Amino acid sequence: MTPYIIALLLVFMIIGAIIALEIRDTLAAVVALAAVGIGISIAFLFMGAPDLAITQVVVEVLVLLILIRATISRDVTTIEAGRPQFVMTISVCALLILLLFSLHMVEVLPTFGLQDHMVNIGNPSFHYLSEALSETGAANIVTAILLDYRVYDTLGEVTVLFVALIGVWTVLRKKGRLRGEAVAFGQKEEDDEA
Amino acid sequence: MIYGLCLILFLVGFYGIVVKRNLIKIIMGLIIMEYAVHLFIVLVSYQRGGIVPILQEGQSISEFVQLAVDPLPQVLVLTAIIINFGITALVVAIAIRLYEKYGTFDINEIRRLRG
Repeated sequence: MTPYIIALLLVFMIIGAIIALEIRDTLAAVVALAAVGIGISIAFLFMGAPDLAITQVVVEVLVLLILIRATISRDVTTIEAGRPQFVMTISVCALLILLLFSLHMVEVLPTFGLQDHMVNIGNPSFHYLSEALSETGAANIVTAILLDYRVYDTLGEVTVLFVALIGVWTVLRKKGRLRGEAVAFGQKEEDDEA
Repeated sequence: MIYGLCLILFLVGFYGIVVKRNLIKIIMGLIIMEYAVHLFIVLVSYQRGGIVPILQEGQSISEFVQLAVDPLPQVLVLTAIIINFGITALVVAIAIRLYEKYGTFDINEIRRLRG
């Protein structure tokens, strides 16, 4: 049953992604992208990953807010769709060739959902599943790995997020760039600041 | 077949990056590619009939090890989702800055204005 649900969700997500890329109204495109994200979240739920589903929903809402902040009240609908015809044709042909080769690669993988064993003995995952409760006291194994066994990984993740925050703040701040650019842009930039 | 559909989702995002001229559409293509990769890693680790890797009360450990899906890919994808959110925020900030400077999201127009 689960493979059919996942396949259905994937078709839904592909349609949503194509709508998001092709529709002219940017707000509608952002909403279509959010539909793709919710589809991914539901697929995670069906594959036994509720932690991922929760995180995906939260991140999805934040991405939605950021994209709406970027596009609202900005003139973006006037851009003519697409490139010249021959560039489009060449790109789509190249993508189709890439798809053909990738489909051959997929045949090497085991059939979906039918590996020989759940978790092989000797995998790190085997140790985590069997020992996590006695070693860390957490019933949720994903949390146990995230916050105990691989806690430096999480620390690095938070560092990356912090650096990204500093980057956003540096790129978007108003103070400090006025001195350099006021000469180039003259009065217009100063009006924008006010 | 499911892996193939996931690849198609990835290629739809790639198509957005290659073909579109609107910066916001390019960012959307990037986000779709991220989603496809996350989904692919979790799909590969899925096992039919697998249960959520959370211990229930009264469940024996040996039985749990036999039934639970692999938790390690889920942890790595969880990290990747957060980091990709940081990337998206940074890219959108740069796009907003470009719009402030050039007054458009069209990449051809931006290249022309740059001279």
